[in-house]
This record gives sequence, structure tokens and C-alpha cells, in this order.
Amino acid sequence: MAKTSSSVLDPKILVPAIGSSFAKLDPRVQIKNPVMFVLEVVAILTTVLLARDLVTGGANIGFSFQIILWLWITLLFANFAEAVAEGRGKAQADSLRQARIDIMAKRLHDPDRRDLFQSVPALDLQPDDVVLVEAGDFIPSDGEVIEGVASVNEAAITGESAPVIRESGGDRSAVTGGTQVLSDWIKVRITSAPGSTFLDRMIGLIEGAQRQKTPNEIALNILLAGLTLIFVFAVASIPSFAAYAGGSIGVIVLVALFVTLIPTTIGALLSAIGIAGMDRLVRFNVLAMSGRAVEAAGDVDTLLLDKTGTITLGNRQATEFLPVAGVAERDLADAAQLSSLADETPEGRSIVVLAKEKYGIRERDMASLDAHFVPFTAQTRMSGVDIGGSSIRKGAVEAVLAAVSAQVSAAVSAPLSAPASGGTHAAVAVRPSASANSVREIQAIAERIGKAGGTPLAVARDGKLLGVIHLKDIVKGGIRERFAELRRMGIRTVMITGDNPMTAAAIAAEAGVDDFLAEATPENKLQLIRDEQAKGKLVAMCGDGTNDAPALAQADVGVAMNTGTVAAREAGNMVDLDSDPTKLIEIVEIGKQLLMTRGSLTTFSIANDVAKYFAIIPAMFAAIYPQLGLLNIMGLKTPESAILSAIIFNALIIVALIPLALKGVRYRAIGAGPLLARNLLIYGLGGIIVPFIGIKLVDIVITAVGLA
Amino acid sequence: MTVNGWIQVALYCAIIIALVKPLGYYMTRVFNGEVTWLRPVERALYAAAGTNEREEQHWLTYGLALLLFNGLGFLLLYALQRAQGALPLNPAGMTAVAPDLAFNTAISFVTNTNWQNYGGESTMSYLTQMAGLTVQNFVSAATGIALAVALIRGFARASARTVGNFWVDLTRATLYVLLPICVVLALVLVWQGMPQTLGPYVDAVTLEGGKQTIAVGPVASQTAIKMLGTNGGGFFNANAAHPFENPNALTNLLQMVAIFAVGAGLTNVFGRMVGDERQGWAIFAAMGVLFLAGVAVCYGVEAAGNPALHALGLDGASMEGKEVRFGTLASTLFAVVTTAASCGAVNAMHSSLMPLAGMIPLLNMQLGELIIGGVGAGLYGMLLMVIIALFVAGLMVGRTPEYLGKKIEAREVKMTLLGILVLPLVILGFTAIAVVLPTGTASMGNPGPHGYSEALYAYTSGAANNGSAFGSLTGNTLWYNLTIGIAMMIGRFFVIIPALAIAGSMAAKKTVPPSAGTFPTHGALFVGLLVGVVLIIGGLTYFPSLALGPIVEQLAMMAGQTFAAGN
Repeated sequence: MAKTSSSVLDPKILVPAIGSSFAKLDPRVQIKNPVMFVLEVVAILTTVLLARDLVTGGANIGFSFQIILWLWITLLFANFAEAVAEGRGKAQADSLRQARIDIMAKRLHDPDRRDLFQSVPALDLQPDDVVLVEAGDFIPSDGEVIEGVASVNEAAITGESAPVIRESGGDRSAVTGGTQVLSDWIKVRITSAPGSTFLDRMIGLIEGAQRQKTPNEIALNILLAGLTLIFVFAVASIPSFAAYAGGSIGVIVLVALFVTLIPTTIGALLSAIGIAGMDRLVRFNVLAMSGRAVEAAGDVDTLLLDKTGTITLGNRQATEFLPVAGVAERDLADAAQLSSLADETPEGRSIVVLAKEKYGIRERDMASLDAHFVPFTAQTRMSGVDIGGSSIRKGAVEAVLAAVSAQVSAAVSAPLSAPASGGTHAAVAVRPSASANSVREIQAIAERIGKAGGTPLAVARDGKLLGVIHLKDIVKGGIRERFAELRRMGIRTVMITGDNPMTAAAIAAEAGVDDFLAEATPENKLQLIRDEQAKGKLVAMCGDGTNDAPALAQADVGVAMNTGTVAAREAGNMVDLDSDPTKLIEIVEIGKQLLMTRGSLTTFSIANDVAKYFAIIPAMFAAIYPQLGLLNIMGLKTPESAILSAIIFNALIIVALIPLALKGVRYRAIGAGPLLARNLLIYGLGGIIVPFIGIKLVDIVITAVGLA
Repeated sequence: MTVNGWIQVALYCAIIIALVKPLGYYMTRVFNGEVTWLRPVERALYAAAGTNEREEQHWLTYGLALLLFNGLGFLLLYALQRAQGALPLNPAGMTAVAPDLAFNTAISFVTNTNWQNYGGESTMSYLTQMAGLTVQNFVSAATGIALAVALIRGFARASARTVGNFWVDLTRATLYVLLPICVVLALVLVWQGMPQTLGPYVDAVTLEGGKQTIAVGPVASQTAIKMLGTNGGGFFNANAAHPFENPNALTNLLQMVAIFAVGAGLTNVFGRMVGDERQGWAIFAAMGVLFLAGVAVCYGVEAAGNPALHALGLDGASMEGKEVRFGTLASTLFAVVTTAASCGAVNAMHSSLMPLAGMIPLLNMQLGELIIGGVGAGLYGMLLMVIIALFVAGLMVGRTPEYLGKKIEAREVKMTLLGILVLPLVILGFTAIAVVLPTGTASMGNPGPHGYSEALYAYTSGAANNGSAFGSLTGNTLWYNLTIGIAMMIGRFFVIIPALAIAGSMAAKKTVPPSAGTFPTHGALFVGLLVGVVLIIGGLTYFPSLALGPIVEQLAMMAGQTFAAGN
């Protein structure tokens, strides 16, 4: 999906939205929104009354006609808001739909055999069918790789054109229907029923078609319905009060008062706000499986973040060369660089880079030096290089020390063999010169580095300990500020790491997280979430592995990485298509933004009513109690213009607020009190004042053009 | 307005503020079962009633117990009035009360309204007054307190199934809170010259040689609970304007203090029970702001006087319908206090207040009497508004709404709206019918907007369980007896049940610990928000009805227009 941002005024969205504004007038659509449904019922009834008056020749038909016209316009504006919000996702959905149709699948008769398959339409695939996908084929449905390795282009889903590797077993076994295998072949066991694949769900989510009302939205709808009912009482009692005073009020005027009072502004925009919130996530390449999850994101109290990749850069980097006594720092750097020239791991590269930056040691060509690289193995836990007659080793401190002391105790020039990349064996002479002093020194340095959160790598040349390379977890730039911001938002961050507690504590302190879980296992991760939840907190986390699935399911907001396993994706309630765990923070902000927008526009909508009373009440009773004219503080021209202005303003404000509803009210991490004060000032006080000005302006305009 | 007047207001407020903490502390201990000096009596009562005081109730059971108790109380009071002619303690020889009036009065006292379509001294026997009305004055007040405590427990507890035991709360409220304070208050009132006797009415020979019957009776004891329990039902028809029911300035002050005492103290109980006294003070502060605004308007308009009378050379504040002993401030302050709380006792005729000043008592009641309010009822009324305020505004901090760590969800919103919708439905509905029915308009004492205000006031007072009357409406008719009776019943129980449901669902919820992202509900911002929401919701609901009554009347008065009968 392309991350293009289409503006609200994009004609590609606006034109179809106008059409669907009319289609949405269908009462079966409107009934989902109590306030707008009431408005529609009122509009229909008054239209019928107008038709009757046209036939029988009632009074003031022009005025009635205008009011009724504006009732319908109000409805259309509300539908338009929803249609525009939906339209923003439509284009994306269409391109996705392209990916879904016309795929033929190679269904295997026998999962163990690769040659016997039958071509069936993708839509006929059932869960547990096994299909073969070969280079160039589209993967027909969601599933899990059970055999093979392949590179897959997932651009249709993620918008990322670089292919990814999918293989059986491990955490990268999930494949998504609609993506394309570029090389090799895989056998895929289908996991989704037709029509409920990831792609289907994405399309549904983006279009808003499957949008279920969220719990808070339901509660808000109840409140709006309740307010509507209060205004039914307030308005329905007026005719009798007027009769007591010896007058009568026309139905049209009562309808105008009622419609301006009921919370049409928020009623019209509520669903657009919800769709836009989901859409913001989609644009961010995150798919929320339910609106409930988006809401929960706003409420999150505790954020569990994996250290690697989220808080620190994925890899450790060399930051220092620490020689033992008697060894020059440059010599250590030189040896370290030599041993790392052929080491393609990020750690190895960083050593070369550091040696160049700090001591200007240039990269040398291995071949011209006649050097043999000795790669890292799990047994030796060392790597290095044999060059000329000498051998250089670097590796975990204990491993290097063990190797050195083994030679010391043997006190012989024993060859230390290690399989070289070329398959040749290099005999290395390590002289027994390592003194007990330098061992102690190395251990002391290693301990210091460990305490600081780093990883020590010992370096030895020919059995002589040279010193230690300090490998450090590099905390991502700006992450500390992000955590400080989260703290101001009231969110506690917990770092999850497999490191030992000492290292974890050091990195936690550097990154500025509130807490950490060291030596994390899936079990204690799950336990941590449960403990937090027992304290009443909402927990968000992200994960990708199958062993993350229980924790993802337990968390209130579980963001699964798109690269993750099927189990992880099923367990989480959001999927991050970019597989970027840092996004949790933005997801929380988007959740908060959604809730804030909803609250702000509700407040604005209710606050608007004050001015509408001042416009309509004096106009309504002008004939019965002219004294009430004193309440006409806006100085509206005539009773008709006052009522018409109120109803026109009521309709126009919906359109005026569509951009805000779609964009959302910006969240600021300034603490709940100041944030509320700010929003109350803008949307509460503003909501009281704006309509006074707006209605007056409309009044000026319509009297000028002679509408009333 | 005079400086002296405002000093009196300040004095009154200072006394109330000083009472909040001690009363809150004491009542918290009472409802936590830590006050035990009447233990034997308490135990005997539980034994007699056959309840186990340790056994707590689910909100539904609590509610059923409450309804059962009030239902039986209604039947008993109705029977007592109908049979009083044949019962003892009836020296004045009162006969049976008419069925519709007995119905209205029984509901009125059971619902803590004390709307009186009768004159006490000319209708009720001593037995009815003491065993019927005074008993209900105690237990209807205790019912309100019990309910408030149950709702407080709902907010204070987490993951709990129960909200307390109605019988225990009722007993403790009566035994430890209402009775002791009333005994002391009644003695002080007797000392200040209030009658307290079971003897017959006194006959006096006037200067002209005529005979005058002076009504007396157990006045002090009933007055004490009438104020403390925010009942408001006077022993005499003239209520607190009667010299025997309010002899002097001191008793006037004491009575006003008694009206607010328990309701103000309950805000502190709330704070203490939820573990943060500031939460209670915030609610109290919101009530205080609304109260002072009401006093300022009411006192200001009254002190300005009536321009129509000024034109006739009658300068100064309008004194019509007021006791000369109390004057403008003491009368208007009393009027605001009695309607802010759901007391309904009056020391001046509200009908005679300037139209806009008279609107304040009306509005106080329409807002739901949540400014201190009826004992208990005020707090739960205000908590309903807190839920609405936080539901709407709470979203604006970017979290789903919560109060005291409890999430406000669809169910609570639904129940809150049920509780809030009842009042406008009953008030506006019945008024709309009454003002167009001949039987409704026939009772009005005035033409024009004022007559309309009378009907509006009557239903408002009934539905809000206040009980004060505008004064010039003839309420003792079949129509008004029945409809106001129904209004009182709906206004009481259709708020109580949703409030209890909220208590139940709140108690069952987990408590989310507050964080920097949680909206603090103990500061000035929250107070301002709450006041704003109360005024906007209340204002939007009643603006048309008030515009056609007090507002237009005031505007007309200022324009020099009067309304002749038949207009």
C-alpha cells in the first residue's frame, strides 16, 4: 500500500462521496446513527406536511420550504462526512482487491509429493489444504510454509518492494494471500477460510464496511440518544405552554428548534471520526483488527518494548579498545581490525570502522596479506585470522581466556585448530606468555564493561592477551525523549530483554525506560502482563514469534509484526505491516487522538446549543411575548431570518468540521490537566462563542440576499 | 444588596464549611461500623428484623429492600391518615384525611418531598404528625443517606459484588446520625421558644374580647428533623414563616445550617471512602459555586426591588410575602438554601419573590437538587452529573472516560441518562398538560406567566422531591393531588434505581491507578467543568420553560406591563 496522503479536497474522493451521500439517505443506513435517524424522520414528516400545504395552500410556504431543504442538506452533509472518510480508504482497497481476484492455486493431492497437483480457484481453498507455490506464482491465501524457502514480494500488502524470505519453521513461516513468490518454491498449508483472509479483512477494514462500533462509541451514541430525548421533552412541551399563553407555534418552527438542539454535529461526524482513526493507522501501515483495539491503545498504561530493534539499534557496535598494561592501544586496534576484516557481522564491521575512525587504520585486503579468516562457531565462541605466522583471536572473554590458559597449562606450542572458511586447517602457535596479571586485568575490564551494559570481546595474539573491545548496545537517537514524552502521557515503559539483569539495568538507565524485564522468557513476559493487568492497567506490546502469541493475546493491545508467524498474527489485535516495533508509540498517540477528537466535537456540539436558544426562542415567541425580544442578543433581523440562520449554521458547521474530524485533534503530551484545559477552552468555550458569530453572519447574508 | 447581607452569607458558608470535615469523619465511621455507642439498640433492632448485619447485599437486593421498606411505609402512612379520627392523641378532633390528599401526603413524606397540600394544624392529629409524618421524616432521610453511601461504596470498592446492607445503613443513619443531632437541635429550638407539647390547642382571649385558638403541639421535635433530614414539611401551614416554627434570627440560621449539614458532610464521606478527601472537596466546591451564584442572583434581584412599586413611591426591596422579622437577605438565602437542598421548608412566600429571583429556587430544583441537595439525594444527583461531565470531557484527554479509576462505559451512561431524563419528562410533561387543562388552570392564583410558573413550580418541586410550594397554587384538588403524587414517586424512585445500578456496576469494576495521563478530578478545572456541565445540561433542558415563566415575567415587569386576570 502506498503511503500517499490524499488531501481532503481530492476530487477523486469528493466526487464519489457526493453520490454516496444520497445513497446513504436510505433509512436502513441511517438507523445505525440514532441522532441522524431522528433527523431523517423529522425531515420526512415535514416534507409530507409541506406537500399537504402546497395542495391546500398553507401560509408561509417559502419559509417552510427553506427550513425543510436545510434539514435534508444537513442529512446530506452528515452522509458526505462519512463518505469522504470512507473514500480515503477506497482507493487502497481497490488496489488490494486486484491482488485477490483471479488467482489459481496448485492444490496438492498429497502434501508429501510436489508433482501431483490440481489447479483450483483460490476462493475454493479450505483451511488445511496444502498448495504449492512456485516462482512467479501468487500465494493464493493465507497460510503457513510447511516446506521450502522462498523470497516473496509482499509489496501488495506492505508497500515495501524489497522481497522478504519466507521459510518453514521458525518465526518467518507466515505467508499472506495476494503476495508473490519471486524465487524457489514453498508448500503452504492454508490457514484461512475463503473470505476471511488477511487481505479480505484488510479491505473490509480500509473501506470501513466491517467497522463495528467501539464500546466507547456505543456509549457515546447512548448519550447522544439521551440528549435527543431530553430535547424531545423540551420542545414537545412548548406548544402547550404557548397555548396557555394564548398563542400557537408552527410545526416548522418547532422542528427547526428541535433539529438545531439535538447533537447533529457530533452525530454527523461520529462515524467519520472512527473511520478516519482507522484510516490513520492504515496510512501508518498498521492494521487494527478491531476498533476496540484502537480505543484501548489510547488507554494504554504500560508499554512493553523489546530492547533490540526498538530501544537499541539491532546490533552492538564497538566503541572502545581497552588494552591491558604493556600493550599499546593502537596495537590492540590493529589486531582487532585484522581479526575482523573478513567478519561480515555488524559487530565485526563496527570494529573495522572504529579502528579507522580512531586510529586511521585503513582496511587491508585479506588476500594480499595471505590471511585466512577463522569464522565464529558455537563451539569455539571465537573468530579471528591467521596471518603469516601469527594468529589473532577475538571472542567472548571466557572463551579467549580458556583458550589462552589451556595453552599456558600445556606449556607447549600446541596447534589450535579451527575450521577455516576455505576448509583448510591453519596451525597456530600461541605462545604461553599470558601472565596471571593480564588475565586479572582482562577480567576486571570485562566486568566494568558488563556493568555499563556493554559486551566485552577479548583479543589475543599468539597466546598473549592484548585487551578488550567494548561492544555497546547503541540506544536509538531520540528514544530517550520519546520515553520522557510517554511518561508525561502517563505511560510506563518496560524494556524486555534476554540480557542479564546487570546489562539490562545499564541499558534501561541509558534509554530512560521506567522498568525492565531481564532474562525474559515467554512465560515471565506473560506473567508481567498479567501482573500489570491485575493492577488494573492496560498493556500494549509487540511481538513476532510463535512464543510471543500467548503474551500478544493477553495484552490489551498486541501488535504483531507482519514478518511474524501466523500464530503471532492471529493472537495480536493489530498487525504492523512494516514490522517496526517502535510504532507502538505512534499507535498509542493515534488512539488518544481518536478519543480526543470524539470528545472535543461532542463538547463543541453541545456547547453550540446555547447560541441556538438565543436565536430561536425570542423568534419563536415574538408574537406571543414580544418582551422576549430582549434575548435576541445577536440582533437577528426577523424571526424568520433568526430561525433560518440557526438551521443553516447547524448544517454548515458539519461541513466546516469535516477536515478536523478526519485529521483528528492533535495530541500533546503536556499532562492531562493542561490538555483538558486547552481543549475545553477551544471546544467548550469556543463551542459557545462560535455559533453566536456564525449565526449572526448567516443572518446578515440571508437578509442581504433576501432569503428571509 | 448590603455588606451586612453578604457578611451573613459568608457567616453561613463558614459554618457549613466548618461542619464538613467533622460530620464527614463521624459519618464515615458510622457507615464503616466503627461507631458503637448504641450497639445494644442496634443489635436488638437487627435481631427483631431478622437480618444479619454482616451480610452484604447485591445492588438489586439492596434496591428491593429499599422499595419494600418505602412501599410499606407508604401503606402505613396512608392508613394512619385515613383512620386518625378513631385513633388516640387527637385532642383537636381531626377527622379522616380525604383519600386523594392522604395518597398525596403519604407519597410526599415517603419520598422525602413533604409537599403539603394540607394545613398541618387543621388536618393532622398529633398521632399522625408524630407516628406518621415525623417517622417518615427520619426514615425517608435515612433512605437517601443509605443510597448515597451505597453509591459511594460503588466508587470506593473494586471487583466487589455487594454495595452494603440496606437495613444496616438505614438503621445506622437513623440511630447515629439523624436522631442524636435532632435531639440536641430540638432542645435548642425549645430553648429559643418553640413549643413542644402534646397538650391541646390553647384558647386565648384577644384584646377585643374575642376568642382565638392558638395551635401548638410537638413542634420542635418535628422541626429539627424537617430541617436536618431536608424534609421541609411544616408543622404549621405557614411553615418556617410561622413564629412558633421559626421564632427568631438564631433559629432561622440554625435551621438553614441544619438543611445543609448532612448533605455537605456526605461529600466528605465520599472523599474519605474513596481514599482521597480532595475528591469530596471538589464536589463540594462545585456545589458551592452553584449555590453562591444562585444567592447572588436571587438576593440581587430582590434587593433591587420592584420597579412597578418604585413608581408608586414605595422604595427599597420588595417585602411582599416576606416576614419582616427576617428581611430580604434572610428570606432569599433561606429560599436558595431550601431549594438547593431538597428541603422545601419556606420562611417567605416564593410566589412573591421577584420573577427572576423566584426562578432561582425553580432552577435549583430543576438542576436536580444537586447543590448539597437532599440528604444523600444531592450527592447521588451530583455524581450522575459527574459521570456525564467526565464522559464527554474526559475523552478530551485522550483516554476513554474514567472517574476515580473506574471506566465509564455504556451501562453507566445508560443508567445515568435514565436518572437524568426522569426529571424533565415528569416536570415538563405534567406542566404541559396542567396548563392547558381547565382543572389545572383553575387552581392558579394568578393569570399570565406567573400562573404558569405556579404549575411549573409545583411539578418541579414534586418531581425533584423538594416540597416547597410557590404558594399561590391551590394544590389540594384531585388533579394536583394525583399528578404531583405521581411526579414525586417517579422523581424519587426512578432516580434511585439507576443510581443503585451504577453503584453495583461501579463496585464490580477494577480500579485503574491514576497516572499523568489521567484527568485529575480534584482541581479547579474539574470543578469548573462540573459547574459548566450542570448549568448547560440543566439550562438547555429548561430554557424554554423558564423563558415563558419567570424570564418573560421579569422582562414584562421591567417594561411596566402587568397581566390582568383572563389574559
